[in-house]
Amino acid sequence: MDEKGKIKLLKWIANIGFVIICLIALFPIISLLISSFRPSADLMQDGISFSIDFSRLTLDNYTYIFTQASEYWTWYGNSLIISAVTIVTSLFFSSMVGYALAVYDFKGRNFFFILVLLILMVPFEILMLPLYQLMVSTQIIDTYLAVVLPLIVAPVAVFFFRQYALGLPKQLMDAARIDGSTEYGIFFKIMLPLMGPSLAAMAILQGLTSWNNFLWPLLVLRSNDMFTLPIGLATLLTPYGNNYDVLIAGSVMTIIPIMILFIIFQRYFVAGLTTGGVKG
Amino acid sequence: MPEINGTKPVGKQPNKLMKLLNSKNIVPYIFVSPFILSFLVLTLYPAVQGIIMSFQSILPGQVEFIGLENYSRLTNSTFYTALSNTTIYVILTVLVLTIVPLFLAIFLNSKFVRFKTIFRASLFIPALTSTIVGGMIFRLMFGEQDTAVANQIINWFGIDSVEWRYNAWSAMFLMVILGSWRWIGVNMLYFLAALQNVPGELYEAAEIDGASAWQKLKFVTIPSVKPIIIFVSTITIINGFRMFEESFVFWEASSPGNIGLTVVGYIYQQGIGQNDMGFGAAIGVALMIIIFIISIIYLLLTGTFKRGDE
Repeated sequence: MDEKGKIKLLKWIANIGFVIICLIALFPIISLLISSFRPSADLMQDGISFSIDFSRLTLDNYTYIFTQASEYWTWYGNSLIISAVTIVTSLFFSSMVGYALAVYDFKGRNFFFILVLLILMVPFEILMLPLYQLMVSTQIIDTYLAVVLPLIVAPVAVFFFRQYALGLPKQLMDAARIDGSTEYGIFFKIMLPLMGPSLAAMAILQGLTSWNNFLWPLLVLRSNDMFTLPIGLATLLTPYGNNYDVLIAGSVMTIIPIMILFIIFQRYFVAGLTTGGVKG
Repeated sequence: MPEINGTKPVGKQPNKLMKLLNSKNIVPYIFVSPFILSFLVLTLYPAVQGIIMSFQSILPGQVEFIGLENYSRLTNSTFYTALSNTTIYVILTVLVLTIVPLFLAIFLNSKFVRFKTIFRASLFIPALTSTIVGGMIFRLMFGEQDTAVANQIINWFGIDSVEWRYNAWSAMFLMVILGSWRWIGVNMLYFLAALQNVPGELYEAAEIDGASAWQKLKFVTIPSVKPIIIFVSTITIINGFRMFEESFVFWEASSPGNIGLTVVGYIYQQGIGQNDMGFGAAIGVALMIIIFIISIIYLLLTGTFKRGDE
């Protein structure tokens, strides 16, 4: 075989290889989607199986979840509220901090930056018992506030925004000052819009973190109608007879908001990862 | 003039205040203040409190200093099981989550592969699911029944069905495969971003010198992305030691013979389940020390702290 033929063959192998790898990666999601139309009794009996009886597919699981499973929608609402609040506050505060660390020269600036890096290294799990105790003693346990509080300023995002803000044109700040703009005006009206792509990338990451957050909400949420989706779904995974009808259709519905968030912002995501996370 | 109405401007004072609040000496601190506040309340306080708690016996309404007793209780077989499970999990995930995404990224960055956006997106999509949802799918795929996908596959190869959730080796396999499935795409994106920053001239120069594909990989690609390899593997080590959900979704509170128990799972079990907060805090401190030592050793071995000698 000549050189050209070899390269062509290699291309075919590489592409087919990737199709196979992607199918394996997507297989669990595709199975979830198909299984959500299977009768829960079948699912209980067979698990996720290659041999599906397509004539038995039904909308029952979805009908059930939309008409009967009111607690599921309570969890859904809780998750939406908590994630929305987390995205807004963590983007707002973290961008402010990251921006200040990048553009201002002030005493303690390096100290604060090192502090951010140090906090990144402390696993939340060792802080969670004392924090839990604090929430119990201040009686904010089992509230939205208790879930959101540890996520309000995200060190990861501070780090990321700082890296991004380092590249912002500082001449704009001086020009705006001459025009009589306040420092706050400069940030909110000029610089924050310029940080758009990094805000989009962090919106995905913070949204993902909050929407899928498990251990902390598991600790601080007690009543069923305060549960978030992951906690609620986990309660359905009981050792004795699983509630697959709610579980499986419910899981599909769980992925939808995060998928929407991803589709809206994904253009910025890869670019965002390049500028932030890994440099410095 | 009586100051009953707070909103009424009093002389020039509000302007002065505005000026002060807008001074470049003050503004940075106002911007940083949310971080300072959250650091004090949400990191420093619990960290100090956690260390104090680890020396205490904590019962409702009755807290007592007991010195190192919580720490001496760590020398028990359950803790060793949790620690060894976690360590094996860390080693396996670091191997899988560094090598596989690196090679996927190299291929995806090459001229051989088309439809890059679709491949990139499909490998990233698992990261969008929560561990709970992912774990539930995996429980059904790795069910005990002969009809479950995993057993169907091994049956084709003439291997008997496995009770995946009830053997030590397959328990570890389930946790590793769930974690890997969710994170390969993310790590691949990190590597892809890094590869796109490698200057093309390096490859051209290597080609002129007659380098083979393997030599180009070894002498150009790997050294160029080494910082990201270290970044990704360090994050994977730290996240591995913090693992909890992969275990929880398969076995809830307790697995047979603790085959799925992790260190964080042990913190949860003792601190919350048994309400033994002092002991839980001691496990937490031990975990932090372990993560700290291993991260430092790893970063020293990979030469991250060295400067300017390249």
